[in-house]
Amino acid sequence: MTDSALATNPVPVAPAATVAPKITVRDLHFYYNGFHALKGINMDIPEKQVTAIIGPSGCGKSTLLRIFNRIYAIYPKLEAKGEILLDGDNILDPRYSMNRLRSKVGMVFQKPVPFPMTIFENVAYGIRHHEKLSRKDMEGRVEQALRNAALWDEVKDKLKQNALGLSGGQQQRLCIARAIALKPEVLLLDEPTSALDPIATGRIEQLVEELKSQFTIVIVTHNMQQAARVSDQTAFMYLGELIEYDRTEKIFTKPGKKQTEDYITGRFG
Amino acid sequence: MPTFPATAAPEQRAIRDARHERLFRWLLKGCALIVLAALLGAAGATLWGGREAFATFGWHFLVSSEWDPGNDVYGALVPVYGTLATSFIALLIAVPVSFGIAVYLSEVAPTWLRTPIASAIELLAGIPSIIYGMWGLFIFAPFFAEHIKPWLTNNLGNKPDDGKLSWVAEHVPFVGKLFGSDYPFGASILVAGIVLAIMIIPFISSVMREVFQTVPTRLKESAYALGSSTWEVSWDIVLPYTRSAVIGGIFLGLGRALGETMAVTFVLGNAMQLSASLLDPGTSIASTIANQFSEAAGLQKSSLMALAFLLFVVTFIVLLIARLMLRRLASKEGR
Repeated sequence: MTDSALATNPVPVAPAATVAPKITVRDLHFYYNGFHALKGINMDIPEKQVTAIIGPSGCGKSTLLRIFNRIYAIYPKLEAKGEILLDGDNILDPRYSMNRLRSKVGMVFQKPVPFPMTIFENVAYGIRHHEKLSRKDMEGRVEQALRNAALWDEVKDKLKQNALGLSGGQQQRLCIARAIALKPEVLLLDEPTSALDPIATGRIEQLVEELKSQFTIVIVTHNMQQAARVSDQTAFMYLGELIEYDRTEKIFTKPGKKQTEDYITGRFG
Repeated sequence: MPTFPATAAPEQRAIRDARHERLFRWLLKGCALIVLAALLGAAGATLWGGREAFATFGWHFLVSSEWDPGNDVYGALVPVYGTLATSFIALLIAVPVSFGIAVYLSEVAPTWLRTPIASAIELLAGIPSIIYGMWGLFIFAPFFAEHIKPWLTNNLGNKPDDGKLSWVAEHVPFVGKLFGSDYPFGASILVAGIVLAIMIIPFISSVMREVFQTVPTRLKESAYALGSSTWEVSWDIVLPYTRSAVIGGIFLGLGRALGETMAVTFVLGNAMQLSASLLDPGTSIASTIANQFSEAAGLQKSSLMALAFLLFVVTFIVLLIARLMLRRLASKEGR
């Protein structure tokens, strides 16, 4: 990326550039059946920090997140143009191995979705796709993932039970355990607490705080307080465009754009 | 505000409502009881009709392969074996194919292709069995006898045309017997199983397709996000999620295969002989009854009734096994 290209872009692509970017988005456009859903997104996502994406419904925040692991590609007629560099490699390049991408970029969805298997198998399932482990190593990995997701103490005696018996908050932490069990580098969270009660939400937020020392986290949320609480930088999107992207503190105290200010003060959205 | 009639009216209305409600419940109960009555009636009638055969032959009726109207000696083993073998072959073929169809239609096929294929499958399910039977008799069985059977007997069977045993027939137990035959025609257990498979594929695949579509998108996305392929998502996520409905669909197809009469009668060869070979003709419970009922009297008629009762029992046992399988799977998953 050259300086002149940056200069033509009105949106700051990176907040304080103290950390090397893990993900670099360049001139990203996205089309749903011809509908132009993302219009030229540029942003740098720094490593081992939490980046929040906020904005009103339909602004494209989830769409953007879903491009980072190319999950959109399982549906026909969706098209992304531009570049997303993960450690310098363009993941939108068809030659970029899907398996490699999905082992590097984990995702947690809005509603907790445990697989119809035991708790242990839920975590082991993803690992099996990428690594062959002995039974003992697998048990170690599952335990480590569940500990990392702050779930181990609650489930260690019922690993052989069906995961659907867990509470919603536990199920969501299980989904996080399942994602981090693959040891990804990036963790995508798509409104991970929107289906949870405040206590479960608090635990997930605390977990995000703990996990950022190990992972680069991108979280989409419609809850502005959540973005303010957990993230280091915040991107505000509106109608498919990245309006403002800066340190969270700055976005919530001295937003640079009128639209951002209107949104965070609740004038629309 | 409109005026209502005197205060007595609402009370009358309440009484009438209560009466209607009672009547309606009785009516519903009656409808449900018809099913039970029909089932018990049919089972009871066949058991009653077969009492003479059961009394004469006792348990021997179940294990004897003799069916000799000349000497008035009857045993059910051949038709029972034929029914089970043809249905088992049918399932062996139909279940994987149906799974493939259903996965293709619900996960892989482009949207514009899904509805036409799904409707075609439903049409296929509506074809009368006599047509499958005719197709089997006039087209498939001769084709099978000419092109497929020689290959099977020569490469797998223990009675090859040239007398040279193949490696498989020599080294793998049972296979030689299964595919050894010197019967010259196509009609056989295997052909009947294949025709039955074609008949039940529409049932099984349309049930599978319907339930596969009920799997939440987010569940599949979660698996894809972990790096699963379409096959892995179908096998590890979609199938376990829809397990009980899928097994239900398979047993719906099996139930149809067990009782199927016309198509099987046409392509099974109707031979009252017990043979280990799948390429030899056999008979099934339903086709034995269909073939002999019009001329049967006395003990033979009673034996046919007893056969009909056995078909009930076989179907019942199969359904029972299905239930047990479901329970087993459920406990394996920690439920």
